[in-house]
Amino acid sequence: MSKTREILLGPIFTNNPIALQILGVCSALAVTSSLNVTIVMCIALTVVTAFSNFFIALIRKHIPSSIRIIVQMIIIASLVIVVDQVLKAYAYEVSKQLSVFVGLIITNCIVMGRAEAFAMQNPPIPSFFDGIGNGLGYSVVLLFVATVRELTGSGTLLGFEILPLVTNGGWYYSNGLMLLPPSAFFVIGGFIWLLRNSKVDQVEPVEYKLASHTK
Amino acid sequence: MNLRSILDSMEPHFHKGGRFEKFYALYEAADTIFYTPGYVTKTGAHVRDGIDLKRMMITVWLCTFPAIFFGMYNLGFQANTAMEAMGVAQAEGWRGSFVSAIAGFDAASLWDNILLGAAYWLPVYMVVFLVGGFWEVLFAAVRGHEVNEGFFVTSVLFALILPPDVPLWQAALGITFGVVVGKEVFGGTGMNFLNPALTGRAFLYFAYPAQMSGDAVWTAVDGFSGATALGLANTGGIAAMADAGITWADAFIGNIQGSVGEVSTLAIFAGGAVLLWTRIAAWRIVAGVMVGMIAMSSLLNLIGSDTNPLFALPFYWHLVLGGFAFGMIFMATDPVSSSMTHTGKWYFGALIGVMVVLIRVLNPAFPEGMMLAILFANLFAPLIDYYVTEANIKRRVARNV
Repeated sequence: MSKTREILLGPIFTNNPIALQILGVCSALAVTSSLNVTIVMCIALTVVTAFSNFFIALIRKHIPSSIRIIVQMIIIASLVIVVDQVLKAYAYEVSKQLSVFVGLIITNCIVMGRAEAFAMQNPPIPSFFDGIGNGLGYSVVLLFVATVRELTGSGTLLGFEILPLVTNGGWYYSNGLMLLPPSAFFVIGGFIWLLRNSKVDQVEPVEYKLASHTK
Repeated sequence: MNLRSILDSMEPHFHKGGRFEKFYALYEAADTIFYTPGYVTKTGAHVRDGIDLKRMMITVWLCTFPAIFFGMYNLGFQANTAMEAMGVAQAEGWRGSFVSAIAGFDAASLWDNILLGAAYWLPVYMVVFLVGGFWEVLFAAVRGHEVNEGFFVTSVLFALILPPDVPLWQAALGITFGVVVGKEVFGGTGMNFLNPALTGRAFLYFAYPAQMSGDAVWTAVDGFSGATALGLANTGGIAAMADAGITWADAFIGNIQGSVGEVSTLAIFAGGAVLLWTRIAAWRIVAGVMVGMIAMSSLLNLIGSDTNPLFALPFYWHLVLGGFAFGMIFMATDPVSSSMTHTGKWYFGALIGVMVVLIRVLNPAFPEGMMLAILFANLFAPLIDYYVTEANIKRRVARNV
């Protein structure tokens, strides 16, 4: 059981796909300006990663290694199409805001990375949990980023007003930079900084050291 | 008991194990304001030169003074003139009460103008200095490095490129971003690849566009709408500036709307001459910026455009409008974030010159391009240096087969 636990919970903080492996950053920039959209994106990505891992692990012994990427892509793409159709049917507004980014889950490095790194070597059930775990790790970072960005950028959370804006007669000046995608870089950077303060083993060794020439 | 022995008797408390160990950075800063540090170079090349980082930074700081004083005068002059035209007798808020207590609001009086300008600019500078200094000292204390005089320059440059009536909390937020994200996270002075003052300015520019750009922010009077000369040129070319009564001499001397430091090209050149003469600012960068700007604007003059009046703006107008002169003298020549090699400095400068004209003329979203052009070139500085050194190595290898 502890192994499953490690597979499931490890990627959340100790081996986070975004913060440690720096994978899947593109969508973390694009879909995090409002928390509502981000939650849907997180669920979509977690589902896709989990099931793609599961199906790839099922047939891992039958995939010729020379065409394995193509096979993985077909499975992932089919799942993404399913998720996209479900979103269009049941959450049309959100799916319009997510626009191409649901489709772009196909190229998300985390999905491909887990398929290659984990599902190709492990049985289906652990692979499924690994997908869930990495989806959760992705979600933790995205939810953090989206909370910061929506709160500082438009003074709301999930659309509810938290900081009343000056334009609505309140006191908070909305920070326009936080609504632009590059701001997610700063926020992700801040998240990684916080994380590595508590998990010191994730800090990379310095590549060079300046010699002191005085004292 | 002289100052040296007072400082020496205090020193043990700040060393490791002492009572004020955490405040060593502050002690060191105070000590080295009064005395030259006693360290000597023990490794590598020995250069005998009286100049060190401290003297260099203080010189840059002093060289901004002509721009500061003229800028404050002009800020007051523009505000008083605008108030006269609007029939307002007194500036609003605590600044107005402060100035009216010791002076008046007469646009013809030098003293009234400077005082009103100071009432607007000095609080901004003080806030920037205190908040930025707090971050600087905090990082110095935690990281165990020294407080660096580079911050004198960063703070004054940052305060000089803000609009006159920027809210003080925004100034504080901007310098926080500039110092922490622009400099300290990369390891402090000497490690930053972007100019910290411009990083803070860019943050404010994108975060709070309503307070940082547009027509309402350049004169310190509420409800007065006055576009900068560059803004006028953007909409109507030289004709629009002539309609507003702005001649080239006005723009050169600084009788226009704008942020405190940027208005007077003349005052900036006065400080810049000292910087170039003492070789603190690299003349190659300044020359490169000029060459790039003149070449690009002349090219656009030749191409011409029926719809965009800025195409026809000649280079001598580009020189005096907006932040071009200030950026060229004080920002582009930042020794840390610019190119290091001699050839590289030419390319670095020319890249800024070309980019600033491109952004001003061809980009409809940003009327001012100097900030973005310099930040853009900052990113390329290491690459330029890399290729210059590679080319040098190749040339020498080819020479001695």
